[in-house]
Amino acid sequence: MTVKPLRQTLLDARAAKRAAFIPFVMAGDPDMAASVEILLALQESGAAAIELGVPFSDPVADGETVQRAAERALAAGATLAGVFDMLASARARGLSIPVCLFSYLNPVFYMGYAAFAAAARKAGAQGALIVDLPPEAADDYLTAMKAEGMETVFLCSPTTSAERLSRIDAASSGFVYYVSREGVTGAQENLPASLGEKLAALRATLQSPLAVGFGISTPAHVKALEGAADAVVVGSALVKTIAAHGKEAASAIAKQVKDLRAA
Amino acid sequence: MSAKPKFQSIPDGAGFYGDFGGRFVPDTLVAPLEELEKAYAAAAADESFWAEFNRLLAEFVGRETPLQHAARLSAHLGGAKIYLKREDLAHTGAHKINNAIGQILLAQRMGKKRIIAETGAGQHGVATATAAAAFGLQCIVYMGADDMARQEPNVYRMRLLGAEVVPVTSGSRTLKDAVSEAMRDWVSHVHDTYYLLGSALGPHPYPRMVRDFQSVIGTEARAQILAAEGRLPDSVVACVGGGSNAIGIFSGFIDDESVKLTGVEAGGTAIAKGQHAARFSGGSTGIFQGMKTVILQDGDGQAEPTHSVSAGLDYTGVGPEHAHLQATGRADYTYAADDDAVAALHLLARSEGIICALESAHAVAHAVKAAPKLPKEHIMIVNLSGRGDKDIGILRAYEENKNHDR
Repeated sequence: MTVKPLRQTLLDARAAKRAAFIPFVMAGDPDMAASVEILLALQESGAAAIELGVPFSDPVADGETVQRAAERALAAGATLAGVFDMLASARARGLSIPVCLFSYLNPVFYMGYAAFAAAARKAGAQGALIVDLPPEAADDYLTAMKAEGMETVFLCSPTTSAERLSRIDAASSGFVYYVSREGVTGAQENLPASLGEKLAALRATLQSPLAVGFGISTPAHVKALEGAADAVVVGSALVKTIAAHGKEAASAIAKQVKDLRAA
Repeated sequence: MSAKPKFQSIPDGAGFYGDFGGRFVPDTLVAPLEELEKAYAAAAADESFWAEFNRLLAEFVGRETPLQHAARLSAHLGGAKIYLKREDLAHTGAHKINNAIGQILLAQRMGKKRIIAETGAGQHGVATATAAAAFGLQCIVYMGADDMARQEPNVYRMRLLGAEVVPVTSGSRTLKDAVSEAMRDWVSHVHDTYYLLGSALGPHPYPRMVRDFQSVIGTEARAQILAAEGRLPDSVVACVGGGSNAIGIFSGFIDDESVKLTGVEAGGTAIAKGQHAARFSGGSTGIFQGMKTVILQDGDGQAEPTHSVSAGLDYTGVGPEHAHLQATGRADYTYAADDDAVAALHLLARSEGIICALESAHAVAHAVKAAPKLPKEHIMIVNLSGRGDKDIGILRAYEENKNHDR
């Protein structure tokens, strides 16, 4: 199966003056079998790509919703190898949209960068975002990912300096992910007022396509960002639905994604 | 076939001590850490900053703390001549206040009005609440819900001082989760908030900065032992949780290669998963809470649960400079079991009239083990990092449990 690269997915959305819809879910929440169904439901309901969370015991960039999802997944026995197996199963079941892993560094470091990149490629991932790995410390990781043809995604935020932004851009072979606010992941009522301007300025500066996330949780948010970024990421709002519906979450998730995209 | 890396006590530009340290944080924290690094560099180059720091250490903290010859303990053990560095006599009852004063001065220079901190045993929380009260700043302390239950007197002390104590119910509900929660708060309030981290750990520049503020312990101890004995000690012993009291006293002797440095970790009930916090005995290199260091982790890179009778040593990772000291062989690390620490606390109480903190009792336990095998000419300094009032309830429960088991 040929899966479109992450970068091309975002560039296509830009050409169509759309924003690719990228849902985030935690692998293994509530368990791996349910995750396969959730990934297929996300594809079915029109997701352009998936950001797949790797559970970690100490997720410093995440708010309570995603923390609890990681705790549930770990309690159910999730491992990095188990995440890869689950993704491979979903591919075997027909998942054909690109997948970007979203992980903290330690599980990846522990596995070894080369082993991680190879296993991720084999499982059917297109790229990865390592939340607590700034590009300044990423040389070995970048080399390993490049060797496997894996795309890399790095974060930038409202506090990122111009100098660091160019380094982040250069290190991101997939796309650059803009953290919409100073804070952790989690749903919020209103997007920052200056977000549109900020995204326009970033797009004018960056070579890489641009995704925006953190706090985007309602159909109105998604609609407001249509055309302002090349992709929007919705995470906590979906993770909450999974928490509420447990192993039967796939159909509720499908409906929610359709609503988020329909506005 | 690589030679051991040479020990370096100053981190490189990226905050690495040899292979350990660095700054592994989400992008949102990079700019605040760079701002902090610049502000600290400017303060550290300003003599008036250190003059004010030293004035507060003298007038408010009550420094210098004594270096006391523990004559009855030494005689009882029948070997090395033991000196105690009495950090338990510092204001608030532990060395933590040294760092809290240094960082609060920095926060003031940076114009930050809101102080946040994490705490394990509560000693750093109390020190921070104390310093914030003395400077009229708002203070919020994150503390694991389980630690709040076992260190209740310190929770009350913090509240008396006007601090807000926020229970952390995620993860293992102990120190590591409090650190994570403080980092999340900081990410969300970077403009007006100063994160007053309590140990020589976390992302650069914290390990360096905390070490610098705690180095007063080593500077004093070195001068005091030279005055008392006319020579350097043969060994220096300190307990190691994150490692700030240890790095503080070690820093005075690191360049004196004849002085043996020993860090004592929490051996808990056994060196087995979830039963201890001896990172150098059961851990491996990992990346955790902003730093590359030695951590306790499972076969999938997840933090393992830890245990110690002392909440202050009950932590997954160790400060990166200690990882470097261990890798280079400049310091040795061992551990003391819960039972041995409690026994050492009793022995010190009865032989010297000092009830020390359970954390410090781990260092004393090592002295109890090592001193009898050493000659009388051997001079050993044990850093008594804190006093034990906060631990009375834990000790009582611990001993009731033991009696029950019998």
